[in-house]
Amino acid sequence: MFVREYLLGNVAIAKGLLEAGVEVAAGYPGTPSSEIIEALADLKGDLPLHVEWSVNEKVALEVAAGASWTDARAAATMKHVGLNVAADPFMTLAYLGVGAGLVVICADDPFCHSSQNEQDSRRYAEFAAIPCLDPADPKEAKEMAVYGFELSEKFNVPVMLRPTTRVSHARADVDALEARPGRGRQQFIKNPARRVALPVHARPLHTELLKKQAAIEEALQSAPWNRLELKGDAGIIASGISGLYAEEAIQDLDLDVSFLRIGTYPMPSLMIRQLLENVSRVMVVEELEPVVEEQVERLARKVNPAVEILGKDGPIPREGELDFLVVRNAVARMLGRAEKPALRVAAAEKILPPRPPALCPGCSHRATYYAMRKAFGKKAIYPSDIGCYTMAIGMGTVDTCLCMGASITLASGIRFGGETEGICCSLGDSTFLHAGMTGLLNAAYNKARITVTILDNSTTAMTGHQPHPGTGVTATGESTVQVSLEALAKALGAGLVETVDPYDLDKAIESFQKAKEFPGLSVVIARQPCVIKTRRCGAGRKSFAVGEDCAGCQICVDFGCSAIEFENERARINALCTGCGVCAKICPSAAIQEVRR
Amino acid sequence: MKTSECDIVIVGVGGQGVILISDVIGRAAVKAGKPVRGAETHGMAQRGGSVINHTRIGCRFSPMVASGGADVLLALEPAEALRFAHFLSPEGVALVNTTAVLPVTVTTGKSRYPALQEILAPLREVCKAVAPMDAIAIAKQAGTAQAMNVVMLGALSRHIPLSEDLLLAALADVVPPRYLEANKKAFALGKAEVE
Repeated sequence: MFVREYLLGNVAIAKGLLEAGVEVAAGYPGTPSSEIIEALADLKGDLPLHVEWSVNEKVALEVAAGASWTDARAAATMKHVGLNVAADPFMTLAYLGVGAGLVVICADDPFCHSSQNEQDSRRYAEFAAIPCLDPADPKEAKEMAVYGFELSEKFNVPVMLRPTTRVSHARADVDALEARPGRGRQQFIKNPARRVALPVHARPLHTELLKKQAAIEEALQSAPWNRLELKGDAGIIASGISGLYAEEAIQDLDLDVSFLRIGTYPMPSLMIRQLLENVSRVMVVEELEPVVEEQVERLARKVNPAVEILGKDGPIPREGELDFLVVRNAVARMLGRAEKPALRVAAAEKILPPRPPALCPGCSHRATYYAMRKAFGKKAIYPSDIGCYTMAIGMGTVDTCLCMGASITLASGIRFGGETEGICCSLGDSTFLHAGMTGLLNAAYNKARITVTILDNSTTAMTGHQPHPGTGVTATGESTVQVSLEALAKALGAGLVETVDPYDLDKAIESFQKAKEFPGLSVVIARQPCVIKTRRCGAGRKSFAVGEDCAGCQICVDFGCSAIEFENERARINALCTGCGVCAKICPSAAIQEVRR
Repeated sequence: MKTSECDIVIVGVGGQGVILISDVIGRAAVKAGKPVRGAETHGMAQRGGSVINHTRIGCRFSPMVASGGADVLLALEPAEALRFAHFLSPEGVALVNTTAVLPVTVTTGKSRYPALQEILAPLREVCKAVAPMDAIAIAKQAGTAQAMNVVMLGALSRHIPLSEDLLLAALADVVPPRYLEANKKAFALGKAEVE
């Protein structure tokens, strides 16, 4: 019996994992992948299923691999850039293979909605020589999650499921089945030739991996996500969500064209050949890299060298997201039909104020950065990292953002490169635990004279408030060991470790000053829980108002909190105020006062 | 050839409850046995930024409404209505809550927030009808300003191919029981607003 529900793509994937009887799921939060683990933790109930937020993606994949080798179906979840972190185990697991099925769910983010790049994970799957399933919508994503385990077990290889933002964060009517309980209590079976990647084992395993590609392709040929329809002399080949844009274009334009939908890699070469034999022109529609297009070109050279191939060199951009209009117009152009220009509303472009994402009103990161800059000054260098705090770029304390944990290591390199100004880098608590610890150890070992600020809001805020080892809570809400950031920083070799409450501005400035003057590696831990979480807990808050003494200097306005407005030459505190009181401390006229209710 | 029965674009600012509206429509569509697609904004953009949600009733294609394709633009904030006006079909309608939420670029004095008429006039040029309403005042009448999004949902219900019964049943699925009465009232008042 199925239940039809309106499901978020990531929740549909979680349901698919449960239908497949997944027994271990591990991930690190990252938009657009985070809701998969969250949904599993919610839906798990009494099922004998281990769900965890891992410390990072490499850890998540290795935990999943260990479970798979213990004959438990396992999944690892991450965003595309997380796969860079997990690339080491990912590449070699393809050689060593699996026990029970292992599905690596890697969510891509074309257009960088919430990412630092828009890399195409299909390239990674190709690189590792593992199959990749590329869903177009939540329903396919769920079905592929189930099928991924079967495929993985059949060919003894990990399988990648690669949703994109418009699949993970789409909703659709999806039929969900009951969860299948895992089999419980398995054993690790020793098998050095397949579990120990010594060169002597790796060489034949590499040969074996390459040999099974043809059989994998043959099996995928008949997968329901690869569909060929032959009509007409022009063809369209589309993959993933681009397949839906193309199908909508075909219906909108009422076309008779040959159409091939691709949902798996290795691709269905026979279908591509058949299409190429029957058309004189073909357009390849896919987001990001020309993965399908390159294969189409290779096959066309053998099958039909005269065929005209349109794609990334012409109408289909290699960067950003596609949409229905881009695809419709590309197809219309190919067939000499009228295009539909995208509408532009001039007034919107002319009169609207920008609304960029910003730190929340009352966010403690703003106070920390204010104190940091007071102590270190304008000339200091401020490497930063991946998290909410990157949005503080306007405060002059975010000079770099590269990848998770890179603030500390970039700061070290900037020092060793010859920079003599103060260097104060910053990263969040979750980011520090993810990839900052090794950088801190390296800075201590190699004597980098820098200050490292851990912006500790006691959660992984940007991705939706997931717990981590510093919170004392697991993904499923159980209490666990709460790791001390102070003890970690000391153990990793920091010479000075200061903990401050950023709302206590004067003391925070004092601590940053001390860290600046410290002749070695110093760490400042700025601790204040995320305001969103505090608000959700319903914590009582203070009220503040601007009194008669306001001189209109706008120092509080420049602080950048959206709870402070400026009208009629005076500051005003609006309803967004969370009562942190930092503006009252920076007001030179003492005009902002707490209001007793 | 038509590819969707009804395309809706819902816009606002992070935290205003855009996703709840889409969730209710989607669930009601499932109850009605219609295929339905939606696309949401998560992650970084949610932090005080512009939020857009696409919902397509009776559609089997992608979840994204095309530029010039929306039958209804439901805006929980006036500036956001104009920001996403290019989604409106010439035959479409715009339902606009008139209470502004000032972006940080305005509160810090870097940009100016336009007057309501400056927003509504160009909006009227691109679609068939614009219905402005003070949904916060209406929600307060229903008992809570928080139900502003449900007032807008009530207004929207006039323009979508889903029955009130199904929408209210879906609303009951997503709203905590103790707030349900106020939300039903907000829905009714919003619906009456565009009668």
